[in-house]
Amino acid sequence: MAIDAINGIVRTVVTGSKEYKAWIGFLSLLALVGIAFVFRQIDQGLIATNMRDDVSWGWYIANFTFLVGVAAAAVVLVIPYYIYDFKPIGEIVLIGEIMAVAAVSMCLMFIVLDMGSAERFWHLIPMIGIFNFPQSILTWDVVVLNMYLILNLSLVIYALSKTYAGKSYKTKLIMPFIFFSVPAAISIHTVTAFLYLGAPSRPFWNTAVLAPRFIASAFCSGPAFMLIIFQIIRKTTKLKIADEALHKVAEIVTWCMAVNLFLLGSEVFKEMYSATAHIEPFNYLWNGLRGHSQLVPWIWTALIVNSIAFLILIVPSIRKNFFMLNIACAFIFVGVYIEKGMGLIFPGFIPGTLGDIYDYMPNAMELWISLGVWAIGLLIFTVGAKICIAIKTGEIGHADPAAHH
Amino acid sequence: MSDDIKGKDKGLITRRKFLAGLTAGVAATGLAAGDAGAYAFEEFFRQHYKRLDADDLRDILAKLEEELSFKYGKKVRAKATPPMDNTVFGYALDLSRCIGCRRCIYACVKENNLSRDPQIHWIKVLEFQKGNNKWQGLEHSNRYYEPEQVPQKGRFYVPVQCQQCKKPPCVKVCPVQATWQEPDGIVVVDYNWCIGCRFCMAACPYGARNFNWGKPNIPNEEFNPEIHYLGNRPQYKGVVGKCTFCIQRSREGRYTACVEACPVGARKFGNLMDPNSEIRYILENMKVFRLKEEIDTNPKFFYFFSMGTGIKS
Repeated sequence: MAIDAINGIVRTVVTGSKEYKAWIGFLSLLALVGIAFVFRQIDQGLIATNMRDDVSWGWYIANFTFLVGVAAAAVVLVIPYYIYDFKPIGEIVLIGEIMAVAAVSMCLMFIVLDMGSAERFWHLIPMIGIFNFPQSILTWDVVVLNMYLILNLSLVIYALSKTYAGKSYKTKLIMPFIFFSVPAAISIHTVTAFLYLGAPSRPFWNTAVLAPRFIASAFCSGPAFMLIIFQIIRKTTKLKIADEALHKVAEIVTWCMAVNLFLLGSEVFKEMYSATAHIEPFNYLWNGLRGHSQLVPWIWTALIVNSIAFLILIVPSIRKNFFMLNIACAFIFVGVYIEKGMGLIFPGFIPGTLGDIYDYMPNAMELWISLGVWAIGLLIFTVGAKICIAIKTGEIGHADPAAHH
Repeated sequence: MSDDIKGKDKGLITRRKFLAGLTAGVAATGLAAGDAGAYAFEEFFRQHYKRLDADDLRDILAKLEEELSFKYGKKVRAKATPPMDNTVFGYALDLSRCIGCRRCIYACVKENNLSRDPQIHWIKVLEFQKGNNKWQGLEHSNRYYEPEQVPQKGRFYVPVQCQQCKKPPCVKVCPVQATWQEPDGIVVVDYNWCIGCRFCMAACPYGARNFNWGKPNIPNEEFNPEIHYLGNRPQYKGVVGKCTFCIQRSREGRYTACVEACPVGARKFGNLMDPNSEIRYILENMKVFRLKEEIDTNPKFFYFFSMGTGIKS
């Protein structure tokens, strides 16, 4: 049985359409290029990046922050399906959880890449090393991210192994974990926001609205990405995904984007009306500061695409048109990527605590390494989703493809 | 907090001995490249500074002396002088005297074996325009001034270094307690324990922490062989360093290098617990202030004007 299962899974992973193989090949190539650059970074140190003392966190932490948000996607499916018993989402909730696994894996990779002395990771292990819990919010992030990873991974493996064997889940057994995954998803965003907002040294981050805004934008970006993926999956595989399921997710994205834009408005008002010296990073981002304005076109692009996406989504008849929906989703993904990445991390450091303006932008090496991480993340997601679909559609194992689980 | 670490881990000594044995074993079987390999192995598994007992520390300092004497071609003396009783160090800087000459920076770099390339400065001297009402927020400073002569007309200077906060935000955020406040008030870093996450740099309101982005380089002839484990020993690529009030000097009753280098006597240093110290005289008789008081980090680094309107320029 176990050997059969492994054979089946391996067969599923290595066989597929021409497009599938090209996609896997493409991602593997990007991953290899990224890994090659990682060796250079290890050899030279982080001086090979464009980060410096003035802007001591850059592109890696920006990507990390965005991807913590993407990992929330799962919970946007879990809540309607398990808690409100909205059946059509049942087919896709596992895909969402696999995406959470891929996203959190990428987060962990970005964190390790950003560490100056990553080989000393064992210093973080309680007892052997020193885990500065609960003082350091970073240790909280280590706890919640790993917990969320293990939680989603376990739920996926449990569900798939049951489906493979042609059995139904023991709902009583997994429901506590499912319910727990909701606050767990909220916690990874909240704690990640707390990393930044807990620093009075950085007025740009030192705002209580940061955590709720994180959650609002996270519930946009992850699901937006998934909406596109689900349409690809139902075109290219036998998995049936009902329109209703997609419309429900799109509706959730709509209202989360509304909250995100509202919270942005609150921040804009607070900064501009009170107009203290703490407005400087805000000005650097939105208007430019003392002749430095490299982030300005980016953040306005983010605002414009997010707003257009919101206008598309707010009208149900337009939202239900898949062409328009896909435009909105692509816009949201790009918009939130800019806003939660470079739009949040870089201006936290500019101007620096002593007033210096260092115009940080990632260099080619940072971009290639980050692309490599994205490629590995997408590989995890693609392979995971393919195995999941093969089991659910009964291609391998003993699932009854006609039955909902 | 410091006592927590020590109290909790009584079992660690046995583990250390075990590791030491393992180190010897690896070297003997030739798995590692001789002594250097064994040393790297010991260094990798070395425990946090506060978990080292006296024997550990003596061995480590002896090894460090040997390694650095060989590398820099001079006799190195490595210490881990503990804090003195009834001592909390404080610093005061007379802004009416500072002429912006940066001699403190160069003295600091030399004394503390800071990397020359990539260049690391633990002291930053900020230049401001006189008459600028926004100077205390530090946003309108210029660190890269290059006039023919200092002080320049219409400018004044504010040197900034670690403010040795009583409530240090950098210590709070460190995930592995690689940085902490010693009983004499000095915030130190264990360069062998820091994982290089740079959270402390994001948290520091004074730009007082510097990361070794690349491998530090110190010219042999300028290497300062009198080193302290928590202070001016050479740092490593990928770890954070900071001003320690020249711990290697101050704990032996000496002035810091920046105090000695200042040609105008703008820098004052001493024991805040000693009612007869110069620093106490300044705090009690001058109008002193601290940077960014509103965030309440409670620095032990004070600024004052001894001559009211500043020097003539």
